[in-house]
Amino acid sequence: MNYTTIVNNQTIPVSAIPEMGYEEFIDLNTGFLTDSPEKHCVNYFGYPFGSRVKLICCIADDSTHQIQVSSCTVKSDDQLDSFTARNFNFEKFEREIHENFGVAYKNHPWLKPVRYAKNRFDKSQTIANYPFFAIESDELHEVGVGPIHAGIIEPGHFRFICNGEQILHLEIQLGYQHRGIEQQFLEKKKLLQRTTLAESIAGDTVVGHTTAFSHVWESLCGIKASHDMEYARTIALELERMAVHTGDLSAVCTDIAYQLGSSVFGRLRTPIINFMQEWGGNRLSKGLIRPGRNQFPFTPELAHRLAEILDIYEPDFLEMNEQLFQLPSALSRFERTGVVSYEDVLSIGTVGMAARMSGLNRDVRSSHPFSLYSELNHEPIIKHHGDVYSRVQIRRQEVRQSMQYIRNLIANVPEISGNEPVLGSLNPNSFTLSLVEGWRGEICHCAITDGQGELALYKVKDPSFHNWLALALAVRNNEISDFPICNKSFNLSYAGHDL
Amino acid sequence: MLSLILILIAAVFFTGVIIRVKSMSSGRKGPGILQPVFDVVRLFKKGVVYSETTSFIFQIAPTIYFSSVVMVMLVVPFGQSKGVLSFDGDFIFFAYILALGKFFSIISAMDTGSSFEGMGASREALYSMFAEPAFFILMGSLALLTGHTSFHEMFAALHIGSYISYALAILGTFVLMMVAMIENSRMPIDDPKTHLELTMVHEVMILDNSGFDLGLILTAGYLKFAIYGALVVNLFIGMFPYHYSIPMFFVIQFVLASGVGLIESFMARFRMSHNAQFIFVLTSVSLLIFFGALLILGKFV
Repeated sequence: MNYTTIVNNQTIPVSAIPEMGYEEFIDLNTGFLTDSPEKHCVNYFGYPFGSRVKLICCIADDSTHQIQVSSCTVKSDDQLDSFTARNFNFEKFEREIHENFGVAYKNHPWLKPVRYAKNRFDKSQTIANYPFFAIESDELHEVGVGPIHAGIIEPGHFRFICNGEQILHLEIQLGYQHRGIEQQFLEKKKLLQRTTLAESIAGDTVVGHTTAFSHVWESLCGIKASHDMEYARTIALELERMAVHTGDLSAVCTDIAYQLGSSVFGRLRTPIINFMQEWGGNRLSKGLIRPGRNQFPFTPELAHRLAEILDIYEPDFLEMNEQLFQLPSALSRFERTGVVSYEDVLSIGTVGMAARMSGLNRDVRSSHPFSLYSELNHEPIIKHHGDVYSRVQIRRQEVRQSMQYIRNLIANVPEISGNEPVLGSLNPNSFTLSLVEGWRGEICHCAITDGQGELALYKVKDPSFHNWLALALAVRNNEISDFPICNKSFNLSYAGHDL
Repeated sequence: MLSLILILIAAVFFTGVIIRVKSMSSGRKGPGILQPVFDVVRLFKKGVVYSETTSFIFQIAPTIYFSSVVMVMLVVPFGQSKGVLSFDGDFIFFAYILALGKFFSIISAMDTGSSFEGMGASREALYSMFAEPAFFILMGSLALLTGHTSFHEMFAALHIGSYISYALAILGTFVLMMVAMIENSRMPIDDPKTHLELTMVHEVMILDNSGFDLGLILTAGYLKFAIYGALVVNLFIGMFPYHYSIPMFFVIQFVLASGVGLIESFMARFRMSHNAQFIFVLTSVSLLIFFGALLILGKFV
């Protein structure tokens, strides 16, 4: 066997990852993905290894709940065959490797900058001279939107090539939010600093990213989180999913100018995030989750309070959904808008909602269970049309599902174990991979330690990293005035992508 | 003269009522009825910023647009009282003076060179073009029915007596209100509240206007609504005495404004490509009125 097999949150020695020549490496990993929709690339990255670059590729197999890891070292000025020429799953990853280490790919179809990382290889490339795709034609016009967003949420530049009202091509240029998160994980030495960094990866997925970080850290320390810790994390994840999905439904209604839905869903989000405030002192759940600690234990009083909140929330939520999904003018905006086919999502390897909308089953909660999800027997919600309607319906049903999970969980609140494990030093020369299903999709954190047990690499992958391309495909041949609703129905993170 | 005063009073309240109805139907308290007026007063006190890429067109367009609306306000009558101006064929004057103002607002949007504003201008031009036949067939039918070609004489001769003329008045109200919604870029054609440039029609055209100019454009919008409302009122009041017709004027204006508010609260905007179809439907409704007029006149055997 020329690869090693791990499960989610497992730590292995770096030396246990088999190393091979590039030819074998490319055949192995692209071979994994050939005709196997149950497999996808969760992370493929490089890091400096002496004067060379070590590439590690992690392919998740959803049917066996395993992750296959293999590696290869190359020189940074090597001319390599690209994975992408064989499978588009690797497209973004290879662009990142190219940007960071200057590895040249001979036949990569779209070798453009990803995010203009601070420690990029070629500093002469700047965000101001991004090489946009252009079509020379008198009939077509270009519309540039951003980087300042009309709703001043986050910065990103969108360049449309349109034929009248119809979008032919959209190119999304990101990188304005780059803060050098992965580098800072290495520079900041205190655990609290690092946890705060994890909380700041994407402001709307605080629980997801912090849970992934905590799992990595605990696994590297060789301890296992207690049941009550994982219990709190599971509840927090599902609450975050409910809150953001409800907020997204509100935003989608705003974009189709349906005022009633916009204001009712907007109002319904508030009690959920206010509960987070009651629980952990922060509406966005910052400070709630800490590696190896149960900072804010979930008490029976909180359970009682949450049950009350859900009892008030549920009827309003259901009634508003009934209204929205029966409103002809709303359905006419949702249906057959922004379609991405099953073939497309499979080939570009989207994750989370952006995969489940088109019939591709990607849900870490069932395929690589973590926290308490193995007990919950999660059934992913799958839709098949890949349009805005599918994405909105997934939100509606996932909120109900999360509500059910939370009700089941709070029915018996576990005892607080009290004796918290002592977080020692990290295992030296180790590799850990943690997968978490945030509300947006699969979050992947990877860490590698050096001989002294210090972090040598911390690698973050937000679901937005894959999914932005799905948005660009979704809007093709749609009206440009439907772009905002397509965008909102994906609701991808700029910060999570730019790191 | 009376109509001018009434329209001015109605314009003060119309947009405020729409906003208030929208707020209340989404469970909020909402701003005061006069808030839109305060907004333009604030804008009138401000200076104007002009983009360096624009020419004099951009600077004169808001004034022309505003004056076009003021001019058409002069020809609108009120029952038996004439408008300030009244002459044969003034409904054609009405439509084309408005079109002149719109033409200037469209070329001023193109003048900025922004790709957003170009898109908005093309949408606005398309929708106005589609709405024009609806208005003219409606007015033409009324002219045919009454044998007059000025607003005042047409409306004065319009007797609401038979069932069929009630039907015509109601269809006429629908067409006029929908034309007003298109002219003012309200739902379901356009979403005046959105912050998303890509989906806007009218709002995106005035993105570059600021201060005094923006105030003029907003005021013109308030006036336009009241003007179309006054036309609708004219379909109903005929020769009623003033102590009936003046309260009726305000009641009808209020009902129209609330109706706009309710439509904007409880439905979503149309998909952009469906707008053209929808506006064409108005033309067919106008044709119904035309056939109704022919029926009344006995032109059908």
